[in-house]
Amino acid sequence: MRHFDYARAESAQQAVAAHGSDREVSFLAGGTTLLDLVKLDVMQPDKIVDINGVSLDEIERLDDGRLRIGAMVTNTALARDRRVVEDYAVLSQALLAGASTQLRNKATTGGNVMQRVRCPYFRDGVSDCNKREPGSGCAAIGGVNRTVHAVLGTSDDCIATHPSDMCVAMIAIGATIEVQGPEGVREIDFADFHLLPGDTPAREHALEPGELITHVVLDAPLDGSRSGYLKLRDRQSYQFALASSAVIVQMDGNTITDARVAMGGVGTKPWRAPEVEAALKGKSASERLFAEAAKLAFENAIAYSQNGYKIPLGQQAIVRNLSDLTAA
Amino acid sequence: MSDKPQSIIGAGVPRIDGPDKLSGRANYAADNLPPNLAYGYGVFSTIASGKISQLSVDEARQMPGVIDIFHHSHFPSLYRTPSSFAQGNKVEETRLPFEDERVYYDGQFVALVVADTFENARAAARRVKVTYAADKAVANLDQGVEANGTQAGSGNHDRGDAASAFDSAAATIDATYRTPVETHNPMEMHASTAWWDNGDLTIFDASQGVVVARNALAKIFAIPPERITVHAPYIGSGFGSKLWTWPHAIATAAASRELGRPVQLVVPRQQMFTTTGHRPETRQRLRLATDDNGRLVSLRHESINTTSYTDQYVETCGSVTKSLYHCPNLTVSHETTQVNRGTPTSMRAPGAAPGLFALESAIDEMADAVGIDPVQFRLDNYAERDESKDLPFSSNHIVEATKRAADRFGWADRKPEVGSMKEGREIVGYGMAACNWEALKMACDARVSIRADGTAFASCATQDIGTGTYTIVAQAVSDVTGIPIDRITVKLGDSSYPDGPVSGGSWATATTLPAIAGAARNALDEMKRYATGSNGAFAGASSDDLEVADGGLRNADGKQVSFADILQAGRYGSADGEAHTEGADSKYSYRSFGAHFVEVRWDPGISRLRVARVVSAIDVGRVINETTARNQVEGAVVMGIGMGLFEATEYDERNARPVNNDYAEYVVPVHADQPEIDVILLDYPDLAFNEYGARGIGEIGVTGLAAAVANAVHHATGKRIRELPITLDKLMDDVPQVRSA
Repeated sequence: MRHFDYARAESAQQAVAAHGSDREVSFLAGGTTLLDLVKLDVMQPDKIVDINGVSLDEIERLDDGRLRIGAMVTNTALARDRRVVEDYAVLSQALLAGASTQLRNKATTGGNVMQRVRCPYFRDGVSDCNKREPGSGCAAIGGVNRTVHAVLGTSDDCIATHPSDMCVAMIAIGATIEVQGPEGVREIDFADFHLLPGDTPAREHALEPGELITHVVLDAPLDGSRSGYLKLRDRQSYQFALASSAVIVQMDGNTITDARVAMGGVGTKPWRAPEVEAALKGKSASERLFAEAAKLAFENAIAYSQNGYKIPLGQQAIVRNLSDLTAA
Repeated sequence: MSDKPQSIIGAGVPRIDGPDKLSGRANYAADNLPPNLAYGYGVFSTIASGKISQLSVDEARQMPGVIDIFHHSHFPSLYRTPSSFAQGNKVEETRLPFEDERVYYDGQFVALVVADTFENARAAARRVKVTYAADKAVANLDQGVEANGTQAGSGNHDRGDAASAFDSAAATIDATYRTPVETHNPMEMHASTAWWDNGDLTIFDASQGVVVARNALAKIFAIPPERITVHAPYIGSGFGSKLWTWPHAIATAAASRELGRPVQLVVPRQQMFTTTGHRPETRQRLRLATDDNGRLVSLRHESINTTSYTDQYVETCGSVTKSLYHCPNLTVSHETTQVNRGTPTSMRAPGAAPGLFALESAIDEMADAVGIDPVQFRLDNYAERDESKDLPFSSNHIVEATKRAADRFGWADRKPEVGSMKEGREIVGYGMAACNWEALKMACDARVSIRADGTAFASCATQDIGTGTYTIVAQAVSDVTGIPIDRITVKLGDSSYPDGPVSGGSWATATTLPAIAGAARNALDEMKRYATGSNGAFAGASSDDLEVADGGLRNADGKQVSFADILQAGRYGSADGEAHTEGADSKYSYRSFGAHFVEVRWDPGISRLRVARVVSAIDVGRVINETTARNQVEGAVVMGIGMGLFEATEYDERNARPVNNDYAEYVVPVHADQPEIDVILLDYPDLAFNEYGARGIGEIGVTGLAAAVANAVHHATGKRIRELPITLDKLMDDVPQVRSA
């Protein structure tokens, strides 16, 4: 391993202060992405600030009904939290569909938001990759791109999917990210946090250098809604989504009064599909409606050499999830 | 061999090495940390074809802890092994590490950094600067055939006139099947820990064959084999990738000699996809023809597999095709084509695994073409003798295996029409396939000692690769001597023990047990000599009058003396026996048989395919250990599901680099993918083969399974998938075409 400086912080302020900003610095939470990528020599931090000592592992209900999740709450703890299970089933299911038990026990909420892409051309340290070496190109285009590459939100510079399941549920629920920076705290709408690759795929999120995620605050649950996460993949566990859907529906009889739909495995960021939601609202639930609505999500999709199947598969993920949630 | 009731042979004796493995005491190659150990880490080529134009170690040499950096201009001169299977010095990749500046595949060793810690070695390895003059890489089979054509392989067979029989037949099929590269991916990564002491080499290596590794290293270092000891007491499985010595072990031993201190090297997971073998890509054309009664009249199986530029490896896909079915006109041919990949090697059921995917898919297509139930079609066409060798089978119960598995599975409930069996949202598909594997047996030596403390000790330079060899050796010693399992110590995986076989080809059981039993009998004969000697417990008696009973000897009068007392009386520490047994004769065709029945579930609404149920009936001669045998078949079925649905090493067609080179992206079945697996072990002793009647069980279970899955998929979906793996995208309708490159 390359040598790096190590600091241990006991508060978010301390962590941010320890970070500084002139060198390559990484915060260490669960380490499930960082340690991998450092060992692969893809990330080469000069300094690591360990935030396992900061007290950000609480989940609290706010007076306005929202749920505030500390950045260091583990994926396992979040998935098993009673309030999450009862009010945000989609989030609990998404978390439990991700990774393995061992990884979920280490991985944190903030770390999951910050996880890096699984594109093998990014991880190999050799191939052309605009995330790793801006300007070098994107080897995934025209290469092996069946599993962890997107059909939505892609650019000529990057087509890697955002790998998180948790974030797909969060963007469907609606959430705010609270950030501690050198100048104080600020909030970022979850939907604005992850950035499309465009022509700057190395810039993946809205954090400024030295900023640290302290909390994710979930919007209050939609009254009387049902929600679920459906993840489609080759094997039934321990694989990133080929396509997934997070769906929240509110019904009045057979009429959909409100709906939230987001997708994983198909987009370069956690992908909310407002056009699908709009098509569902006020309509009577039916397989045909679901199919027509789901189609809208992929109107601008681009199929690459091996991943065109994700366009129908993504629609199937939405349709089946809606179908199950609206079944009497 | 005795045939007592409640014989220990066949019993489900728990693995005697289980406690050591569970408690972490089992000693794997990289667990050895001798004093003054240095750590190696490779620098691997990032092109697949060309030359190193410059290799600079200046920066790397300045890194902390670096001891030395080896590469093609700084490496001792070694020698090539003749790589002979017969001589027992085979390697798969004959090119020596750092032999020259040529690069033949991505992930080839181009340098080896040795440092004081693993981390320092790895950090420095990344500072070695290599520039290349790259040539256009040949990245896959089709590119290989186009660029290089094909080279003749081996294992071909021809009888009758398949072409004219095909042309005049009542019904025919002509189909081409493809299987991808698969990578073994044992959990334990390849690793070597080596040191030299006054010119003697000791190496702990993750090896399925310590004797062959020793002999190959002796050739490579030009020293007598007696000066080398290869240890592999435990390996974290191999599936064939650890059969033969790979460049990392040679480089580790060489570096250790140069530096005069122990060196350890662990091959990173990424390079286990490049430099330690793989199952090659195949393209197989099957042409079958039947007469009016659905009897095969012509069968052609023509296979091409990829090999490296440095060595020819032939995947004998038609090995089973020669003899499984009765067919007077038959051609099997194997060719290879060179691509820029490392040298392939045997992977569990080499030849038969990809070969039976093609053959048993084609048999189903043929049955379909003539409108005969696939089970009936096979029963109608199974061969009664080995027509390729013109020999009878020693023991063949494939008809019973097929019928029993069909009954257990409920094949009679199958509705033949495609997609006609539905349950909720899922379409149910039933498929089946035959499985087959040659029964092999090698020469073997073994030693057994019965000791004065009442225990026994058995040793043989074969290995337990996780399959249960330690345990079945103990069972054989116990069977012959009557000494209980818990008083028997078994030592394997050390080349200084009596020569034993490579753990491969499913031959370890059939090879090792007769030698062990012979050695145990010889030890008992020695024991009887002590007992009947002048101061012996049965002084003056004849050995012939003594029988073995309850851990001792007994005479006709019922006098019984324990082995311990006999040895104590003569002041002997032990009674020892050695034995040598020969390989198989050629009086019969020795093969194992079986059939797999598979239920798949296809949910078209979410494009989810899963294997829901497997019933396998296996005829491998006598089962030595019911537990480990069943475990071998169950594990092989899981591997077959992986082959059928998931596994493929994906190479970038532009540069021949394996892309999905880790456990996350190289998809094998996980627990959630396991179906209900029901294994029927027929257990008919094949006493023509060896005294235990055992033919070996490691590989047969993986053969045919992928075809059974493909046949079930066809039954469910109507789609005949001829290219593995059967991923969901291959079953989807209306997949959009590429809109961008």
